[in-house]
Amino acid sequence: MTKLAQRNYYGKALAKLAAENPNVVVLDADLAGSTKTSEFRKVAPERFIEVGIAEQDMIGIAGGLAASGKTVFASTFAVFATGRCWEQIRLAMAYPRLNVKVVSTHCGISVGPDGASHQALEDIAIMRAIPNMTVISPADAYEAYAATLAIADYDGPVYMRLGRADMPVLFDEDVTFEIGKAKKLRSGTDVTLIGTGQMVSLCMDAAEMLEQAGVSAEVINISTIKPLDIETIYESVSKTGCVVTAEEHSVIGGLGSAVAEFLSENYSCPITRVGTRDTFGESGNPDELFKKYGLTAEDIRDAAELSIKKKE
Amino acid sequence: MTPTAQELSKIARLLRSHVIEMTTAAGSGHPGGSLSAADLIATLYFEVMNHDPKNPQWEDRDRFVLSKGHVAPVLYSALAESGYFPVEDLVTLRKMGSKLQGHPVRGKVPGIEMSTGSLGQGLSMACGIALAGKLDGKDYWTYCLLGDGEMQSGQNWEAMMFAAKYKLNHLIAFVDRNKLQIEGDTESVMSLEPLSEKWLSFGWNVYEIDGHNIDHILGAIREAKSSKDPSVIIMRTVKGKGVSFMENNAGFHGRSCKPEEHEQAMKELKGVL
Repeated sequence: MTKLAQRNYYGKALAKLAAENPNVVVLDADLAGSTKTSEFRKVAPERFIEVGIAEQDMIGIAGGLAASGKTVFASTFAVFATGRCWEQIRLAMAYPRLNVKVVSTHCGISVGPDGASHQALEDIAIMRAIPNMTVISPADAYEAYAATLAIADYDGPVYMRLGRADMPVLFDEDVTFEIGKAKKLRSGTDVTLIGTGQMVSLCMDAAEMLEQAGVSAEVINISTIKPLDIETIYESVSKTGCVVTAEEHSVIGGLGSAVAEFLSENYSCPITRVGTRDTFGESGNPDELFKKYGLTAEDIRDAAELSIKKKE
Repeated sequence: MTPTAQELSKIARLLRSHVIEMTTAAGSGHPGGSLSAADLIATLYFEVMNHDPKNPQWEDRDRFVLSKGHVAPVLYSALAESGYFPVEDLVTLRKMGSKLQGHPVRGKVPGIEMSTGSLGQGLSMACGIALAGKLDGKDYWTYCLLGDGEMQSGQNWEAMMFAAKYKLNHLIAFVDRNKLQIEGDTESVMSLEPLSEKWLSFGWNVYEIDGHNIDHILGAIREAKSSKDPSVIIMRTVKGKGVSFMENNAGFHGRSCKPEEHEQAMKELKGVL
């Protein structure tokens, strides 16, 4: 299976924007080589702004640039991009609806050896809670590329989370991305597996395992967590009658919460959430960590069996 | 005092009387810091800044960011008197449905460039605006007013390093150095001195002036405009300036006048109009 890192394709998309859109300005906080905003710097060094290790300042500057007509991308690791400057995001970009895209890399537990200080497992929750914010989490590298171009065309505040490590490729190179639109990747009738980020690939693996056991699973890729594509979810769930959500994020406040919020008000059915369970991560390699924290395809399969059982 | 300064001083008193009227009508708000900043705000909006109230989005306009967003009343007063919106709207301050929110909101009020109110963030925003001007080869000026208390916030020092690195010489910051914050004397809450030396060592061009002397404000701005570095004008001011019982009284940081206080304040301000 081909594996590619999302951040590399974020860098490629930024390089394209550097060449084609003179209005784009990119900010980074001493991590350009890791977030791959360095690819933008190679093409348009005069529009690449190094702010140093000063994330709060970075977001204020981004707001000021956007208020002056710029399309601004601001990047660093997910923990710092959302947690360190949450209130700056709230006041300097979201409240005035400014055209700033906070794009973080190194989200989730797959950051691995760096340990819990660098593993963002709460970023979706805290970004989703802010009014006016759009929250995006692409499923593979090609979708990350398409999403980068799509958010550059959207006039408003956006948070997008990307992974550090290579992850399975799900889509073709020419995949399209529409903000707010979920994609059904596999049809089924017994259970709906709703994933985001690289967990979508694991949902596909789980669906294969379930098929071997005679269970028909539908798989939906939610690459826009806010606004949530409730039509696609409703259509699927009203057919299958039960749900599993899967995310490389805490079950508190993330995709699972967003789906549960919608279902509890609109369509009562069993739901089982796969994600980290109110815990910090730790150092380790991603495979070991996924096993320990219950984020494998087998965990999704087991959750599907549990949801189906709860239907009875 | 020059004739220009005399004229601006009259406008500053008018803004001060609006501040008292507005905050009393609202039953809340921040008159103390509004009064200490009134001379600067009058000088900027009625003499220094290149702006067009009929065309608030004019791309070559000078920009003003009110980092100490709680003194919105004095800024709203200047915007209204400049013609951005009717002066009669001022008394809707802080009321349900009013565009004049307790702290400034971009997009709600013509002439407000950025949403502020959470202290420590305005200088970064002003840096972004000044940088955009530099990238686009524009000549506009970006002005930012900071409270002295908010200099305790670390983000300001990040922004100070940034402005110096990128040589944002069309950025002029002002510090309203009235020496009082909610809990009292800034030097006992969290000492800021030596403040000028700190700005200087961060690479800024620094002036320290009497913030109620309009000729000094004008002179410092004139000099700052020839600097190759960003400039800061630290203004020694009196919190509550212009109303005897509010002067140097931290109690009026965040409360409005009672009816009898209001009457007294307006008498003092109108008496010199």
